Amino acid sequence: MNSTTSPRVAESKELARKEGARYSDAALTPPVDVIEDSGGITLFADLPGVSREKLGLHVASDTLTIEAESDLAVPEGLESSHTEVGLARFRRVFTLSKELDTAAISAELKQGVLKLRIPKAEHAQPRRIEIQAT
Amino acid sequence: MYRSLFPRDVFAEMDRLQREMQQAFDLSPTIRGFGRNGFPALNIGGTPQTVEIYAFAPGVDPSSLEVNLERGLLTIAGTRANALPQGDAKAAVHINERFEGAFRRVLTLPDDADPDAVQAKYRDGVLHITVQRRASSQPRRITVQ
Repeated sequence: MNSTTSPRVAESKELARKEGARYSDAALTPPVDVIEDSGGITLFADLPGVSREKLGLHVASDTLTIEAESDLAVPEGLESSHTEVGLARFRRVFTLSKELDTAAISAELKQGVLKLRIPKAEHAQPRRIEIQAT
Repeated sequence: MYRSLFPRDVFAEMDRLQREMQQAFDLSPTIRGFGRNGFPALNIGGTPQTVEIYAFAPGVDPSSLEVNLERGLLTIAGTRANALPQGDAKAAVHINERFEGAFRRVLTLPDDADPDAVQAKYRDGVLHITVQRRASSQPRRITVQ
């Protein structure tokens, strides 16, 4: 009997683990502002409750991933009665373009707002083309 | 009641459906409405001793934040500065989703909230307000004589 039930139990456990993983993968999409000027791109993202230690920025080839976790000091025995921010994770992915210099990204986190500056690569800086009169 | 400008708009219909679902599942609607999707977003909870309010207001100058308590109504007001560049003709705004400008949210506190024992802390863009409940309403054991 045991031999027939144990795989099923294992299966359901596996399923539960997957469910758990799916839940933990759920994240909110933080609102952002993206502004481009001649020198590069500035991105602002709202990440309330996120401290510097819980913020992760990853650049892989041409994608930028912002991942963060908010940690609120919640008192013991708190019973929630109204929730508008139901998840404590934030995640957003952007595709970067070639002329952006990913090695020179600077980031600043202040009062729950992330400010990212992605400068344009040297060769992509705007320049005025001289017209030669002949 | 909400009426769509384009009655056949499927997205507006989904929006309306979601709103109606939300209203149907909100077990304690108050006369001051639902107030969802406002700025700042609010999480409210309570312990036997306190009422805890978390207002998610990132990037607000703490000196512009105003928390008032009057006759059981808690008001959170303030202004969020505009981060977009002003007067730069060459700057292009590609995405603009973040809230800017003045905000005000009002919520009703339970009757046993003590207006004299309110604490507000602003950290990492979250305003945490703790209101003590009156001692008289806290559960206590009555000794049998």
